[in-house]
Amino acid sequence: MSVPLVPSFFESCRILTVAIVWVVNLIIRAIGVVIPPFNDLADWLASDSVITVLTWLVLMTVMLVWTALFNLLTVMWIERKFYSRLQDRYGIMVSVWSLPFWPFNRRKDRPTHKGWGYLQNVADGMKLLQKENLTPASADAAMFHISPVLIASTTLLIFVALPWSSGFYVAKLDLSLLFILAAFSFAPFGILIAGWSANNKYTLVGGMRAAAQLMAYEIPLILCVIALVFFTGTLDVFAIVAQQDRHLVSFGSLGIPAWYVFSPQILGFLIFTVAMVAEMERIPFDIPEAEAELVEGWTTEYSGMRFGLVFGFKWLRMIAGAALITILYLGGWSGPVFATIYIGGIAIPILPEEIWFLLKVWLLCVVIVWVSWSVPRVRIDQILKIGWRRLIPFSLLAIIVGAGTRALGWY
Amino acid sequence: MNMGPQHPMTHGLWNMKVKVDGETITDAKPEIGYLHRGYEKIMEVREFQKNVVLTDRLCYVSSITWSHAYCLAVERMMGVEVPERGQWIRVVALELQRIASHLMWLAAYGPDLGLLTALLWSLRERELFLDLIQLMSGARMNQNYPRVGGVRNDLPDNFEAMCKRSIAHFLEKLDGYEKLMHESKVFLMRTQDVGRISAADAINWGVTGPNLRACGVNVDLRRLDPYETYEQIDFEPQIWKGADGGDSYARFVCRFNEMRESCGIVLQALEKMPKDSPFRTKPPRRAEGDGYARTEDSRGEALFYVIGDGDDRPYRVKIRSPIFCSMAATPIMLRGNKLADVVAILGSIDVCVGEMDK
Repeated sequence: MSVPLVPSFFESCRILTVAIVWVVNLIIRAIGVVIPPFNDLADWLASDSVITVLTWLVLMTVMLVWTALFNLLTVMWIERKFYSRLQDRYGIMVSVWSLPFWPFNRRKDRPTHKGWGYLQNVADGMKLLQKENLTPASADAAMFHISPVLIASTTLLIFVALPWSSGFYVAKLDLSLLFILAAFSFAPFGILIAGWSANNKYTLVGGMRAAAQLMAYEIPLILCVIALVFFTGTLDVFAIVAQQDRHLVSFGSLGIPAWYVFSPQILGFLIFTVAMVAEMERIPFDIPEAEAELVEGWTTEYSGMRFGLVFGFKWLRMIAGAALITILYLGGWSGPVFATIYIGGIAIPILPEEIWFLLKVWLLCVVIVWVSWSVPRVRIDQILKIGWRRLIPFSLLAIIVGAGTRALGWY
Repeated sequence: MNMGPQHPMTHGLWNMKVKVDGETITDAKPEIGYLHRGYEKIMEVREFQKNVVLTDRLCYVSSITWSHAYCLAVERMMGVEVPERGQWIRVVALELQRIASHLMWLAAYGPDLGLLTALLWSLRERELFLDLIQLMSGARMNQNYPRVGGVRNDLPDNFEAMCKRSIAHFLEKLDGYEKLMHESKVFLMRTQDVGRISAADAINWGVTGPNLRACGVNVDLRRLDPYETYEQIDFEPQIWKGADGGDSYARFVCRFNEMRESCGIVLQALEKMPKDSPFRTKPPRRAEGDGYARTEDSRGEALFYVIGDGDDRPYRVKIRSPIFCSMAATPIMLRGNKLADVVAILGSIDVCVGEMDK
C-alpha cells in the first residue's frame, strides 16, 4: 500500500536518455556549424525511434549496475560482515580510506584498514581481473570457457522478469513467474558443463553432484509454485504481489498483512525456502563445491575473473532466490499504509516500495547466511534423501492443502 | 582419487588414496612419509637435554606432551627422581597442552564438515590456553619446557589465578560449542554411524587413546600405568558408554569431554601442588642402561624407549607414534562410506603428520 519511488522505470530511463542525447547533440551541433551534415546526425539521434532504442540500452545498463553491482556488492558485504561477527571477529575493513593516494591517505595517525569494509569486494574483484585465466591442457576449452558465461548470463536473465517494485522492472510478462523459474534452472547445466569439461576428478564429481542435487530440488520448488497458483490463479508476479497488498486482520492503519506465508501456504513457504537454499548452493547444501573433500568442487580449475564470475554470481542467485521468496510469500514490495502520505491526491512515499522490497530481501539473505554459517554440510546421499523422501511428499501435501482449501472456499 | 598431498582435507602433508565406485569408497590406502625427518637418528647425535628441542617439534600442536614423554624415559634410564612440585607442574602443563591440542583438533574438524564457525571459535578459546602456556614457559609453540629432571622454570606468581579465570571462562564457552555441535541435527547426520571400527579391530591395529576409548575400551594410561602424580588425581577417563561406539561421533564426544575432564585435572593439580619447594634436580650428564616411558598423549599412547651406552647422548631412541598406528586402521573405517565421509572420519581421528612421519 505504499507507492514506488520509480513509477515507471522505462520512462525514467527515457528521460535519462533524452538528457544524454541532448548533451551529445550540443557537441554535434557545434561541429555542425563548421560541417553542416552533422546537423542531420543530431536530428536523427533525437528522433523518436532512435531514442527508444537507446533507452533500452540505457535501461539495461542501469539495471545491470543496480543488480550486479550495487545489490551484489551489498549482499556480499552483508554476508561477510555478518558471519565475521558471528565468528567473533571484525571481518572486512577496507574502505576508501585504505586507498593509497590523495585525498584518502591524509590521516597517518590511524590504521588504514579501519573502515566499514564495503570496498573489500571491489578490491577482490580488481585482483581477480588482473589474474591469469588458466585453461587446463586436457580441458575441453570451448565448453570450459562457455560455462561461466552461461551461468552469468542466465542469472542476469532472471532479473529481466524479476521486478524490484511495481514500477521498477525491465519487462512485464504475463507468465513472469514461469520465466523466472526457467531462467533459474539454467545454471545447473552450466555447472555440469563446467565440471565435465575441466577434465578433473574433483570438478567432475562436483558437476555430477550439482546435477543430482538440483534435479532433486527443482521438483519441490515447482510443486510449491503449483500449490501457490491454486491460490493466486495467475503466474504474473505483479498480480501475486497485488493480492497480498491488503490486511488479513486490521487494527486501524496497522494489521496483519495478507501475505501467503500467513495462509495454508506456510507449508509451501518452508519447502520453497529449503529448496531455494539448495538451489543457491549455500552451506548445508553446498555439496557441488564442498571444499573439504572436493578442493573447490566444480570451480576448482577456474582462475581469474572466470572464477570471479561463477563465485560472485552465487550471491546474485541468492538475491534472486530471496527476492522470489519475498514476492511469492512475503508480500513482495507491499508496505504498511502509513508509509505513504497523500497531499492533494498525490501519493508521496515516506518509505517507497523499493526500500520495503530491499529490506525484506536483505533480511532474508541475512537469515540464509545465518543458517549456512552455523550448520555443517550435508552428505550427498542425505541431501538426495531429504529432497526425494521429505520435500517432494510434503510439497505434494502442500498442493493438496492448497487445492483443498481453495475448492472448499475457505480461503 | 587422491585426497592429498595438496588438498584441503589433509591437515599436513600426506596422501590418502581412495578407490571410489561412484561416491562409495571401496578401498583406501594411506600414503605417508612426506614429512619424515629421521628423528630417531638425529637424536642419537645430540645430548640428552638438547633432544628436548627436537621432541617439541614432533607434534607442533602438542609439544609438551611429547617432550615430557622423552624426558620421562631418560629420567627412568638415569634413575632420576623428579621433585614433587616438578611433577605437579608437569601435570598442569600436560593437561593445558592437551586442551590446546584438542581445541586445535576441533578447529580442524569443523571446517572439514563445512562449519567454519567452529574453527574460529576453537582458535579463540585455544588462545586462552596458549596464553597460559606462554605465561608458564615463555613460548606459544615449541615451548622447550620439560627438562630431564624437572621443568625449566617455576610457575609465575599469578599463574594460579589466571589459570582459574581462564578455565572458568572456557567452561562457560563450551556450552556454546554443545549448541553448535551436539545439538545440531546436521552435525549428528554427518558424524553418527560413520567410520565405524570394532573394539577388536581397533586393538588389533594398535589404535590407542581417545580413538580406542570411543570403541568402549577402558584404556587410559593415566590410570593404567600412572606416571607423575596422576594417581593422586580424581578423574574419569572418557569412554564411550553406549552400545554402538567406534564411529566418528563417539570419537568426537570422547575428545570433547576430555577437554572438560582436563580442566578438572588442572584445577585439582593447582590445589594439591606443594608450594615453595624445588621443581627440578640436576640429572647426570652421562648414563648407561635403558628406559622407556609410555604416556597418554592427546592422540593416544606415546612411547619412548631410550638406550644409553655411557655417553652423554642416547645410543638409540625408539618413538611410538599413536597416529602412525591409527592411520593403518583408517581403511577399515573408510570402506563402504561415502566420499564426503573421508573428511568426517579422518578429521575425527585427529591426524598430526609431524609425529606420524617422525
